[in-house]
Amino acid sequence: MTDSFDRGEMSGRRRFLLVTTSIAGAIAGVGVATPFLRSMMPSERAKAAGAPVEVDIDKLEPGMLLTVEWRGKPIWVLRRTEAMLETLEKLNAQLADPDSLREQQPAYAQNMTRSIKPEFLVVEGVCTHLGCAPTFRKDIAPADLGPDWLGGFFCPCHGSKFDLAGRVYSGVPAPTNLVVPPYTYLSDSRLLIGAESKESA
Amino acid sequence: MSKQENSIVAWIDKRFPMTVTWKAHLSEYYAPKNFNFWYYFGSLALLVLVNQLLTGIFLTMSYKPDASMAFASVEYIMRDVDMGWLIRYMHSTGASMFFVVVYLHMFRGMMYGSYRKPRELLWLIGMAIFFVLMSLAFTGYILPWGQMSYWGAQVIVSMFGAIPVIGETLSNWILGDFMLSDAALNRFFAYHVVTLPGLIVVLVFVHIVALHQVGSNNPDGIEIKANRNPKTGIPVDGIPFHPYYTVKDIVGTVVFLIIFCAIIFFAPEMGGYFLEYNNFIPADRLKTPDHIAPVWYFTPYYSMLRAVTVNFLWIDAKLWGVILMAAGVAVFCFLPWLDRSPVKSIRYKGPYFKIALTLFVISFFVLGWLGTQTPTPLYTLLAQIFTVVYFAFFILMPWYSRIDKTKPEPTSVTK
Repeated sequence: MTDSFDRGEMSGRRRFLLVTTSIAGAIAGVGVATPFLRSMMPSERAKAAGAPVEVDIDKLEPGMLLTVEWRGKPIWVLRRTEAMLETLEKLNAQLADPDSLREQQPAYAQNMTRSIKPEFLVVEGVCTHLGCAPTFRKDIAPADLGPDWLGGFFCPCHGSKFDLAGRVYSGVPAPTNLVVPPYTYLSDSRLLIGAESKESA
Repeated sequence: MSKQENSIVAWIDKRFPMTVTWKAHLSEYYAPKNFNFWYYFGSLALLVLVNQLLTGIFLTMSYKPDASMAFASVEYIMRDVDMGWLIRYMHSTGASMFFVVVYLHMFRGMMYGSYRKPRELLWLIGMAIFFVLMSLAFTGYILPWGQMSYWGAQVIVSMFGAIPVIGETLSNWILGDFMLSDAALNRFFAYHVVTLPGLIVVLVFVHIVALHQVGSNNPDGIEIKANRNPKTGIPVDGIPFHPYYTVKDIVGTVVFLIIFCAIIFFAPEMGGYFLEYNNFIPADRLKTPDHIAPVWYFTPYYSMLRAVTVNFLWIDAKLWGVILMAAGVAVFCFLPWLDRSPVKSIRYKGPYFKIALTLFVISFFVLGWLGTQTPTPLYTLLAQIFTVVYFAFFILMPWYSRIDKTKPEPTSVTK
């Protein structure tokens, strides 16, 4: 046996044993790696922290923005005025996805105002480019954003622009509209963000 | 006395190859005799590595890798720990200086063709060290948990989210959560103090083993091993590393430490380039700072990330930016096979290479500066132009290096 090994020959039996042992070893390696890799996925505690949040909106004045935290992300609730809602249609030509065709919202928010009720916009305040938090710029035609600015959200990191429905302008780094989280109205003045009904939460 | 010493040495040598190793790597390792200024940066990189390992250990004694305590614990080191400010500034200045010496070390290799055969693997091991160094800098920058730590990490981790199909699962796996939080801070601390330092020490060791296998290159780019003294077998142009270059490197070390200490004592923040002002504000996940930029050593690549503004083929601008940024770093790995010049060193290369290298250095600096600025349409255009110049240096090299008018190499090293 040692002789044939020294001569550098490989019998069929030895080759078979070598290959099967290597395969078994590789499978064992994957098995051992599994618990380590899985331990790095979000923990049960992190998953539980994703519970929906309730928000009171009756004290929100028209034109004001409320930020709440859900899953560690800023969620904006914007109470839009009539004038604000009128800007939406005017901007269609400048937007990348004016009709919200890409799935960045639940079906019930796939409309002109990207909301259940036109007055209240609920979106995640997370830029779809690289995750910065855009700033709410409701001032009309400010010096830095140009005379055509009708109000919206501006990301200071890389200059992406969104309108008052969270729709992205074309020609900016962000590829898609802001994400609308799942939400529902518990009553006229109470919102549930993060779930579509109290039960599914 | 000396007899007793010799017997101790002999006792050890029977059990461990001490004298043999000393001779092979120091007292009888023959390095070319024409090393110049540019040959300081390898030993200086080693010095900075030791500084980072040493100061890092002492920082872990007072730092807390917990999202609710991290920022305060860094301030505690700065204000309450005796001499803590000095140790932290040695570490933070060391991080920037690490990149200064490594960039100069790489530039030396590019000038004198140190990546060419037979040093391709040596160059690739060096590139691996560079990748680990970048990961170390990134994970380390997150630890103070200031605004720049938080939003810088947010931007970098979001890049993995740009990968189609697996992106979201991958970023959740990296973060251990659905957003950047305590879980990520805790694991980045583990990478920064255990995994990556261990890896970089092993790679530096392997880098030196590979260097001593093939022998050092030199400013003339010729192989000193090709010209040996027929009697001794020692290269005619070689001198023992110890004591000649150990003494030379001590001079470099002294000058370097003078500059290093001046920065620590008089300008540790370096006008916001070494330590950014926004990082003196605790991380706030609901508010992004008005202006975010990475630390200076990442800004050339950050400019490339921002330079792409149009969708191209079936890939959108966001993913192109990420691809371009990664390619900007990885492209150095191909240098050994892109350079088709018959000579190695810039001393004997022709005008095309000299112009190309100059343009490359200019584009590296311009991209680096642009990366610190808020993007405007003009700056974005400049970033696009210089990104093209940066990549053209590499992509066009097989052509311009071949047709270039080179001078004949000498057979023995020159002054």
